[in-house]
Amino acid sequence: MSKTPVEHVHARLDHDEDLSLLHEVSMKTAGVSRLEMCIQCGSCGGSCPSEMDMDHTPRTLFAMLRAGMREEVLLSNTPWICVSCYHCVVRCPQNVHITDVMYSLKSMAIQEKKYRDSSAPDFSETFVEMVEKYGRSYEFGLATRHYLKHSPLRMIRTAAMGLGMLKKGRLNMKPTTIKGMEQLTAILNKAKEMELAHE
Amino acid sequence: MSDYIFYPGCAMESNAKAYYDSLMEIAQPLGINLQEIDDWNCCGATEYVGINLIPAYSLIARNLALAAKTGQKTVLSPCSACYLNLAKADYYMAERPALGEKVNEALAAGNLQYTPGSLDIRHLLDVLINDIGLDTLKAKVVRPLKGLRVAPYTGCMVPRPDYNKRWSDPEHPTELIDVLKAIGAEVVAFPGGATCCGGHMTQIGPDTAYELIRRLISSAEKSKADIMVTVCPMCQLNVDAYQGETNSHYGTDYEMPIVFFSQLVGLALGFPPEKLGFGSEITSTEKALSRIGMDIPEAAITEGKQRQQEGLPMPLCMRKTAKTPECKRPCAEEAKA
Ligand code: SF4
Ligand code: SF4
Repeated sequence: MSKTPVEHVHARLDHDEDLSLLHEVSMKTAGVSRLEMCIQCGSCGGSCPSEMDMDHTPRTLFAMLRAGMREEVLLSNTPWICVSCYHCVVRCPQNVHITDVMYSLKSMAIQEKKYRDSSAPDFSETFVEMVEKYGRSYEFGLATRHYLKHSPLRMIRTAAMGLGMLKKGRLNMKPTTIKGMEQLTAILNKAKEMELAHE
Repeated sequence: MSDYIFYPGCAMESNAKAYYDSLMEIAQPLGINLQEIDDWNCCGATEYVGINLIPAYSLIARNLALAAKTGQKTVLSPCSACYLNLAKADYYMAERPALGEKVNEALAAGNLQYTPGSLDIRHLLDVLINDIGLDTLKAKVVRPLKGLRVAPYTGCMVPRPDYNKRWSDPEHPTELIDVLKAIGAEVVAFPGGATCCGGHMTQIGPDTAYELIRRLISSAEKSKADIMVTVCPMCQLNVDAYQGETNSHYGTDYEMPIVFFSQLVGLALGFPPEKLGFGSEITSTEKALSRIGMDIPEAAITEGKQRQQEGLPMPLCMRKTAKTPECKRPCAEEAKA
């Protein structure tokens, strides 16, 4: 039988290491994450356009995962600052699905309510709430609710731009609802019962 | 005529209407036959997958299942984020069979199913280059955009991660450059061509986004571009609508318009600007279009004037040095005095 990635890693170690956190994140990631194959080369951090605003570079974060630093990893702002540009992914010599690992870390942080600033998680959750309600995204509702809660001052500043968008027909005041809402809800409810954890 | 299953995506019905309108004009003469997926839903953007994986992929997969039902094979998406979500879901469901199985279990609750790998997911730019072809495009050009200096902005989610190896280069893609050259535009060297616009960070972490937008616009300015051209609704929105906020954040006075590549293709094919969504930009294209002897539609100009009469708050220019003559924004120093 072929070895799992974690067994491969263990096979090369002369001491025991607890790789359960690394494995958990890897399993929760779409596709085959290859997170276990990270060689700590640092190409990801060096390619990252928003690294200056991150608590940890992706490389550091992956070293922390390997060290089992659950709390510190989940509280890191790094996944929330990631802009999904995939620069790191195409440069990683080990083909680690770095961007998708960031998504997994966000979902774990949300599940365990581990974040310092609730603005980004709230934005994601409001976005998803709208999609689950209408089947389509609804920018007007999303933006007003998000700004009101998190940055009312910024709302005043962006009001002129929002009005411009409205006037130019680029912002719909009313949401569009798909016909198959019942079907979509059934699908999503079923999906929520499942997790991609172990196999 | 080539047939495509069309997945427009939410932005095409709201902030990126210009993309939709111009695509509808150019599709026919280029021989692109679009059949919209009946009752498609949102792809979840970059948000749903950061909350809950299986529901996020099931949301995307409902679209794939509906598309596969049509019996056609190729899905065309003009939005980069939608394109990547659909393509990645298809790819990962095959790469990780457990994901494919669970998503199908969820789809079954809505009497749907999808076999990973049964569709080809393609972006509009890819279809234009590789199916329609540059020769066909060139043959249809009646009004070459001679003298218009264009910065080709392909962005992130089209050339990367490119699991299906459809694009010329992940960091220096040439497709958009080739299309713009084919319609007679002057393509400037634009080092930021495949860098990020900040995505949803304009809403959740604006400081991170402003910096990415600033880099793009200043790179386009340095290249002496009249206009930036994009293939993605998110890129257009960030560079266009958030340019004012970026300016006030840095005390700059950039006025760099950005439009969809389909709008410029439409101009070159002879369609009038008003049919192509020109005038819906927040950062005006007036000066850029005048370089090829065109006006932006009358309606859009009056709208702009009305807006000024109402005296909506304009961000103050924070730059301490002397105002450049072109800068129309009220100056913070003058306001204090
Ligand atoms: S580029 Fe890849 S291998 Fe190198 S540190 Fe980053 S994730 Fe690890
Ligand atoms: S995908 Fe995220 S982590 Fe990777 S380079 Fe881009 S912003 Fe940085």
